[in-house]
Amino acid sequence: MEAGGERIPILKMGDLLLVTIQVDMHDQLAVRLQDDLTTRIVQDRAHGVLIDISSLELVDSFIGRMLGNIAAMARVLDASTVVVGMQPAVAITLVELGLQLPGVQTALDVEQGMELLRGTTKRDPERDVDRAAL
Amino acid sequence: MNATTGTMLAELLRDDGLLDDWVEAQAVAGSGRGLDATQLRADATGFLAVLREAVAADGAAPDAAAWTPVRAYLSELSRRRVHQGFTPSETATFVFSLKQPLFARVDGPASSGGSDAIWGVSELVDRLGLWTFEEYQRGRDEIVRRQQEEMIELSTPVVKLWEGVLAVPLIGTLDSERTQVVMETLLQQIVDTSSSIAIIDITGVPTVDTLVAQHLLKTVAAARLMGADCIISGIRPQIAQTIVHLGLTLSEVTTKASIADAIAEALDRLGLRVVRQGS
Repeated sequence: MEAGGERIPILKMGDLLLVTIQVDMHDQLAVRLQDDLTTRIVQDRAHGVLIDISSLELVDSFIGRMLGNIAAMARVLDASTVVVGMQPAVAITLVELGLQLPGVQTALDVEQGMELLRGTTKRDPERDVDRAAL
Repeated sequence: MNATTGTMLAELLRDDGLLDDWVEAQAVAGSGRGLDATQLRADATGFLAVLREAVAADGAAPDAAAWTPVRAYLSELSRRRVHQGFTPSETATFVFSLKQPLFARVDGPASSGGSDAIWGVSELVDRLGLWTFEEYQRGRDEIVRRQQEEMIELSTPVVKLWEGVLAVPLIGTLDSERTQVVMETLLQQIVDTSSSIAIIDITGVPTVDTLVAQHLLKTVAAARLMGADCIISGIRPQIAQTIVHLGLTLSEVTTKASIADAIAEALDRLGLRVVRQGS
């Protein structure tokens, strides 16, 4: 597939990035998402990434590991990741595969995920104020 | 089995007194315990009727298609007797008791086929008896299977304690199959009620071995992946000891001694407080 093909849109909301995976993930798509997301975190100076996988019904070890990798990369770039809306079947599969995504925060839906991210990044405006005062 | 057996059997069955003798033989053998005489007689009449038809149609070959009604009749009868609480022997005696009145008639005018035919008749009755026995067994197996399924469903209720708090009181031994059901129902309920806290109460679980602990941890991990936290409660002193002796670590799971503590913890996490009225 060419670079201009299918990709997963990344939405910016304040200092958060919102990714909604609504198609079946194949490996190419996952790799491209990883690329795009890391670029955008740096570009937009994002402090939180919210990945909504509520429409994802099939998952394999590669996609599972990719989710873990994205979270780890985001952490290196000083952004926290929340995965929201995982389906029961997907959760069971990941656990059976031994992928418990240790570094990834999770939430039931986008709303709770947002709250969680706001909680972890809410010191940022103050930091910005401090920085502006200097 | 040959044609002579069929002919002989047909002749034997033609005797009208056979029914009375057979019912009497059943009473002597005690196979109809607890059933009233009319029911016993109806069972016997029905069986003789299908048997006569089968013999008339296809001689003495119990595997033939013409014998299907006979097999169906016996199968229905044994299953009914399973439910009525008959023992296997009592159920099989229903058929075996037919031998005595049949052979009593061999000396009579019907005895024309010789010893081969007699042997054939005997073998036939045996096969029908064994068939009855197998059907009885199958009926029992069905009951056991159904009860097992009912138990699995009964013993895994997921209850909503509060807005956002679910509880699963586990009763009985946890095996892989049951844990799978628990896991699936719990995770589905988490989605349906969008609850962020689930309390797994193991007060009713008699023993916790490595396998059970592993199952519990898997459930906790899966719930966490979906964004819900699990609290394991109802850990009895002996179970706490076993867990440590087995070298299991439940460190990444919140554990509480009683479900009351677990509820308090859940409410606390939700920022709720229970206060006494008027204070």
